[in-house]
Amino acid sequence: MKRLPITVVLAILGFAGLVWADSTLSLTGAGATFPYPIYSKWFDEYHKKDANIQINYQSIGSGGGIKQITEGTVDFGASDGPMTDAQLKAYQDKHGFPILHFPTVLGADVPTYNIPGVSAELNFTPQALAGIFLGKVTKWNDPLITGPNKGVNLPANDILVVHRSEGSGTTYIWTDYLSKVSEEWKTRVGKGTAVNWPVGLGGQGNEGVAGLVKQTPNSIGYVELIYAIQNKMLYGRVQNSSGAFIKADLASVTAAAASAAENMPADFRVSITNAPGKTAYPISSFTWLLIPSKIPDASKRDAIKGFVSWMLGQGQNYTEALSYARLPKEVVAKEKKALTEVQ
Amino acid sequence: MAATTTTVPGTGPVAGSRSWLSGLREGDEIVRLITFLFAAFVVFLTVLLVFELWQGSVLPRHKFGFNFLRTSVWDPVNEQFGALPFIYGTVVTAAVALLIAVPLGLGAAIFLAELAPVRLSDNLEFFIDLLAAVPSVIYGLLGIFIVIPLMRQYIQPALKSTLGFLPFFQGPAYGLGFLTAGVVLAIMLLPYIISVSREVLLSVPRDQREAALALGATRWEATWKVVVPFARSGILGSIFLALARALGETMAVTMVIGNTPVISASLFSPGDSIASVIASQFKEATGDLYLQSLIELGLVLFLLTFILNGLARLLILATSERGGGMAHL
Repeated sequence: MKRLPITVVLAILGFAGLVWADSTLSLTGAGATFPYPIYSKWFDEYHKKDANIQINYQSIGSGGGIKQITEGTVDFGASDGPMTDAQLKAYQDKHGFPILHFPTVLGADVPTYNIPGVSAELNFTPQALAGIFLGKVTKWNDPLITGPNKGVNLPANDILVVHRSEGSGTTYIWTDYLSKVSEEWKTRVGKGTAVNWPVGLGGQGNEGVAGLVKQTPNSIGYVELIYAIQNKMLYGRVQNSSGAFIKADLASVTAAAASAAENMPADFRVSITNAPGKTAYPISSFTWLLIPSKIPDASKRDAIKGFVSWMLGQGQNYTEALSYARLPKEVVAKEKKALTEVQ
Repeated sequence: MAATTTTVPGTGPVAGSRSWLSGLREGDEIVRLITFLFAAFVVFLTVLLVFELWQGSVLPRHKFGFNFLRTSVWDPVNEQFGALPFIYGTVVTAAVALLIAVPLGLGAAIFLAELAPVRLSDNLEFFIDLLAAVPSVIYGLLGIFIVIPLMRQYIQPALKSTLGFLPFFQGPAYGLGFLTAGVVLAIMLLPYIISVSREVLLSVPRDQREAALALGATRWEATWKVVVPFARSGILGSIFLALARALGETMAVTMVIGNTPVISASLFSPGDSIASVIASQFKEATGDLYLQSLIELGLVLFLLTFILNGLARLLILATSERGGGMAHL
């Protein structure tokens, strides 16, 4: 007699499954790993709000996201770096219509260091950071470092540089910044998710870099702001384009985006590193959703547009709890306008 | 070895007679065919793998040719790719690992098989098998949290002050690099070498030992001059297995090697290996040339494994002729 209830339950479940499968619209996306925590929160919340829409996201990396949306195997992509002109052209050639960028949240990189006997938040000029990562500033007591850090006793020890070993959006932001502030960096190294580092050791992931810095005396590395905040790490201030030394936090990152909003190009493909503005933190960046400008399937189109406009409004309220910097309202307004281009 | 067919004697289906015996023979044929297909499938997979790697690396093969193997710049931004530092790192870390793991592993296997009480040996074997089942990321963490600090604070300074005149032990001691990767790999290889070598040593016939002892050999002489040479090919087999594992190990190496494409005689220097760079950079590789260069690295690793295995097999042939004399005592 025990079997009967199970059969009944299974039948009900099966029936429910049929009904559920019938009315649920499933969207798939793939790409950047950096915004994955907030994206999965958003998709979850949005599903609660509209149970008919289920969004699946695979955090396979920005490169993979661009590749998959170009091949048309996903409904939307996501990337920490904007698509290059060549990638945009490849998309246009394949599909006959352009792809659009929509900024979702902001991220930032911070310099973290381990100097025995130094527990102060150091001030870094762009020249000092570029010099250190180019291997030209080799001692902690170099005048470029000590200059803006009066009163901190910096030792005459060799600096050990730690960078990310794997390709990552974090490295893209860091090298994009260094390319803007140093002509030598731009010509010798350039910007990318992985570069040919002039000096230093590679650590795997934020945790790898943080671990190496923590373990190795006299080292310096860079990690994502979120990671630094969550792990209560010591990190330095960076001098912005107005000359002020700014400590990265959610407000100063949003400020960088706000001051960049004035000259925001229509396609949102903009780097906001070294942005103008007195309170802007200079090593900040957007992360983007990549959405086709033509979506033939009307229900999918409505679902994606519905999600993006929710994300730009109510969705932004979830950002701070997860340590992401929210979009400034100027950018939100521009994005809402751009969303009407999706047809 | 993969391509061996069955040893079932091949007799075709006997025409005409429908006896019970012929039915069995036909069954043999079927078994023969099925097992042959299994064996052929392995060969097919290997060929398919090489073909895919070859097809997937068209761009860099045409653009760089042999310079891919000869140059040492790895610059994704300017799309210059050279594999030499990664090949170097792969070979050096595997060599360091074998240098450490083979004597230790063989010694432990001899103890377990020949000298230790059976009960102790069986219990230890259980732990060794357990070690072989530990995921490599755990060994990587072990490397980060234990081996690297030990290296930086004690082992590397000690090596520097004693053997510092050798080019292998010079330069700043960061704690990670070729030597550390080699040590972590050695720890990972030990269970393979011990476990297989122990089984092989245990399978040496009792007569061999007893004959040596009867001729007046000490226990150690019987072990070292009779049992070990008898088991030589099996022991070398365990070392191959270890070598293949060392060449292809990804996660543990990438966590401790420093991930810097550098060729340096010093084992203290950070470096990188083929498997490690593929794992690190494949995910975020943008641009076809970059991606395909990583695939070509996979092809290079495959060929490298092939060549080193071939060399090792030649080594067996060479030593088995020489060793034949040793077995006479």
